[in-house]
Amino acid sequence: MDSQQLLSGIPMLVFFVIGTVAVASSILVVAMRNPVHSALFLLVTFMCVAALFIMQGAEFVGAVQVLVYAGGIMVLFLFVVMLINVRHLSDEKMLSPYGLAGIGIALVIFILFASMVRPGAYHDEVLRPDNLQRYGIHKHRKVTTADGRVVRRNVVKRSKRVGNSEAIGMLLYGDYVVPFEIASLFLLVGMVGAIVIGKRQLEGNQEEAIPAFMAKVVAEEKEVKEAMSA
Amino acid sequence: MNIGSILWLVPLIPALGALVNGLRAAADPYGEKNKGITNAIAVGSTGLSAILATIVLFLYVSSGSRVPYKVLYYDWIPAGIGHVAGNLLSNFNVEMAFQIDPLSGTMLMIVTWVGFLIHIYATGYMAHEKGYTRFFTYLNLFMFMMLVLVLGANYGVMFVGWEGVGLCSYLLIGFYYDKNFAADAGKKAFLVNRIGDFGFVLGLFMIFNYFGTADYQKVFSLAASDPGRFAGPATAICLLLFVGACGKSAQIPLYIWLPDAMAGPTPVSALIHAATMVTAGVYMVVRSNVLFRLSPDAMFVVACVGAATAIFAATIGVAQNDIKKVLAYSTVSQLGFMFLAAGVGAFTAAIFHVMTHAFFKACLFLGAGSVIHGCSGEQDMRKMGGLRKFMPSTAKTMFIATLAIAGIPGLAGFFSKDEILGNAWGGSPLLWLVGIIAASFTAFYMFRLYYMTFRGEYRGHAGLGIEESEPAHKGEDLIGDHTHLDSGDQHAAAGHGHHAAHGHDPHESPGSMTGVLWILAALAVVGGYVGFPVGLFGGGETPFQRWLSPILLPIGANHYHFHEASKLLEITLMLISIAVGFGGWYLAKRWYSEDDAKSTYPATFVQRFPFLHQTVFNKYYVDEFYSATVIRLVMVVSLILSWIDKYIVDGIVNLVRHITVILGGEGSNLFDKYVVDGAVNGVAWTASRGSAALRKAQSGLVQNYALVMASGIVLLAVVYLFLKPA
Amino acid sequence: MPSTSAFLMLSGTIFCIGLAGVVMRRNMITVLMCIELMMNAVNINFIAFSYRLSSLEGQVFTIFIITVAAGEAAVGLAIIIQMYRLKNSINVDDSRELNG
Repeated sequence: MDSQQLLSGIPMLVFFVIGTVAVASSILVVAMRNPVHSALFLLVTFMCVAALFIMQGAEFVGAVQVLVYAGGIMVLFLFVVMLINVRHLSDEKMLSPYGLAGIGIALVIFILFASMVRPGAYHDEVLRPDNLQRYGIHKHRKVTTADGRVVRRNVVKRSKRVGNSEAIGMLLYGDYVVPFEIASLFLLVGMVGAIVIGKRQLEGNQEEAIPAFMAKVVAEEKEVKEAMSA
Repeated sequence: MNIGSILWLVPLIPALGALVNGLRAAADPYGEKNKGITNAIAVGSTGLSAILATIVLFLYVSSGSRVPYKVLYYDWIPAGIGHVAGNLLSNFNVEMAFQIDPLSGTMLMIVTWVGFLIHIYATGYMAHEKGYTRFFTYLNLFMFMMLVLVLGANYGVMFVGWEGVGLCSYLLIGFYYDKNFAADAGKKAFLVNRIGDFGFVLGLFMIFNYFGTADYQKVFSLAASDPGRFAGPATAICLLLFVGACGKSAQIPLYIWLPDAMAGPTPVSALIHAATMVTAGVYMVVRSNVLFRLSPDAMFVVACVGAATAIFAATIGVAQNDIKKVLAYSTVSQLGFMFLAAGVGAFTAAIFHVMTHAFFKACLFLGAGSVIHGCSGEQDMRKMGGLRKFMPSTAKTMFIATLAIAGIPGLAGFFSKDEILGNAWGGSPLLWLVGIIAASFTAFYMFRLYYMTFRGEYRGHAGLGIEESEPAHKGEDLIGDHTHLDSGDQHAAAGHGHHAAHGHDPHESPGSMTGVLWILAALAVVGGYVGFPVGLFGGGETPFQRWLSPILLPIGANHYHFHEASKLLEITLMLISIAVGFGGWYLAKRWYSEDDAKSTYPATFVQRFPFLHQTVFNKYYVDEFYSATVIRLVMVVSLILSWIDKYIVDGIVNLVRHITVILGGEGSNLFDKYVVDGAVNGVAWTASRGSAALRKAQSGLVQNYALVMASGIVLLAVVYLFLKPA
Repeated sequence: MPSTSAFLMLSGTIFCIGLAGVVMRRNMITVLMCIELMMNAVNINFIAFSYRLSSLEGQVFTIFIITVAAGEAAVGLAIIIQMYRLKNSINVDDSRELNG
């Protein structure tokens, strides 16, 4: 076995290691009793998935995965876990009434997946990896089709090899600009919705509850002021 | 300046007005503040739209071309290539396009200018109403929708306008939504119109299917190019479209909503339920004249329904005492005349009558509104009388419009009605006879309205005991006439308290109202001269016919023949219709005029023919007929089902019980205890267990639902993967 | 390089683990985490095909899915907080008012 063969085996090795870690940690997400532990294993899964993304030539998406999932969503999860602070966790049932059924249906679906996933069931490989790092400047051209009609087609005028991030950026702000803006609107709506739903419902003229230590400080200040004025 | 760049502004400006006023109405629901701004927006946008429409029409006319000028704005429904009937490959596409041609130009002028006048009138009429801004929002929205309907260059765009005006009509009929009868009338109009729209949509789909397009020009040129091939589908298409026209234009059997629609404010009755929206059906039929001419059968149906409606509604109009009800039935009758004209192939006469009718009927309705306004909301003509002294302008304008509708020579109605009747003779002398009788009734009830309202002595103060003379209301009458005497505007209730200070004496309306009345009256006089029958003096077509002739595409041999009457015959017919008009006038004068205020003729007539009077007075019991058939049918089916449940299902159960009892009486206790009880308990047990099991399907647990969803996915995937036919 | 099939099998495995978690667990926060797992599995699929077909579209879609996942997590967690206030519990089977 020469070094060439050895090197070509490395991605395979990396895939198996990372994939095993991802599957194992996702099983642990489901299996952990404490949500904090689940969240931490979820983080591991996200990291592994990000590594897989980068392996597949999607550096930008991998970075987004780390930033958004690991940096944003995970923190949100942990916040909520801390906020709710369930103390009586240990003496509670962990599984729902559908525990076995869940495993069963998951297995059946997995078998269906496995029966579907086989070479030849999907589109042939297009081996042009640098397409993932290239953006084309499009132009509408009049093209004569086989049956003699003249139609307008989107033709790539010239393409430029850049980084993956730049290529995705050009695509997002070019062809996909409308979905992109809609996604931003979606996020805005989600944000407003989360605030509205999560807001404490105050009855009538009841005021926001002041934490005890704050109330103490306020009372002391009031006393001091009264003493000063007296 | 080209047409395309301003045509789209014509409908859009009222839409903007509706938007702005709608936001203002939402901010200030009672519309008490800033009525001046509301007026400026509503009237200004309509006026601007009317001016632009005039410019568009002027540009079109001065271009010299009479082919339709189509402006394509964008592809609305690009549905792609598909097969239509007969394996014709078609690239189906509905365009958002407007079109201006002589027909839509004529309708454009009627809609914008009459609409503008009625907007001005409404600023005076609605001045004391709640929801002032809301009212003008609806009115502007209606203008937008009606203009879309009229301007659309294909059936798809027309359908948008068609449904839109229906919606606005519903909103405006139910404008006094806190009154039950108004809300009910709105619902009735909406439901009845749905029936018509159903037919219209089916016709639309048939057009898509057979022609592969909805564009007027393409459909009509296709149809005209191959009359033999499209004659069959054309009959079905035309009949379906005509069902839609019946609903929108209040023809038999779907006319029942229009009299109830008088529950809306009077300017609405004038604009929507007399001048514009209800003529949409006529417009549609005339627009589709190529298809209709391919199918003589459909034309015959149109003519018969039109004639029947004309005479039917005219006779009902004779016996009504509510001033707006008389006008409502008169509108139904006049619409019948228009369909009669279209049905005998006189499409230009139909549109001519649409135009003249818009003038004089708008004038009549607005005059009636002025009377109601002046009498503090009173609508019963028996409590009026002698109003000429109090409101001279209203009386004069109403008189002119009455002359016009009665067909007195020299006024607008005479020319259009005479053209229709002359053409009806060409179709069939029987149709002419029905038409001429309807015309005589028209003259009679319109002068009856005039004399009862404006001549004689004012009867408003004297309690005439009218309520006692009304037939008892039938409480169980489901779609009956809830709007009998209390129908129409709640004008008195809605802020006319200040009239009490006037000692209940009627008064003339403000200048914004009488001014509009005078303009419309003037139009009712001169409007007919565009259709002056120059043919009688050796001139050929009338100017109006020449103007509209481009919409009548020539089609092949297999089409409806339009019979031209001879000149002598035409003059004879004209003399007869003049005589009939004056005859109705004379009779009404004899019976209802001032010299003979205590005339005994009507009473004698009622006494002599009580059955006839009751039948007509109760509108031939059509509402009762519907409630006895359609609504009763539903009730009867429910009753039958209830009977089945009570006697058959329960009977089986009781039978089981009887058998049990008998067997028990025979002494077979054991059998009773174990078998019968066992069976009965078994049934109960099965039901209880079964329902318990089924109940679990609704566990309320999210995860249960997720599980079921996943199982469904598995099922679908298995079917797709393994059971897929090769 | 591992084949596309290998990536798809991995994604299918993670998806099924997530699905099992959604159906099995009582703790609502964990259920939400499992939904995130399922979304990630979908993302792996997209990226694998993006690589196979040498097309950037799959990556763009992944970005949109991440956006949706973020929004979904925010709203879902807000609902969980509100439910905790209301019922003092975050167990899925404690809110079953819609049962038959």
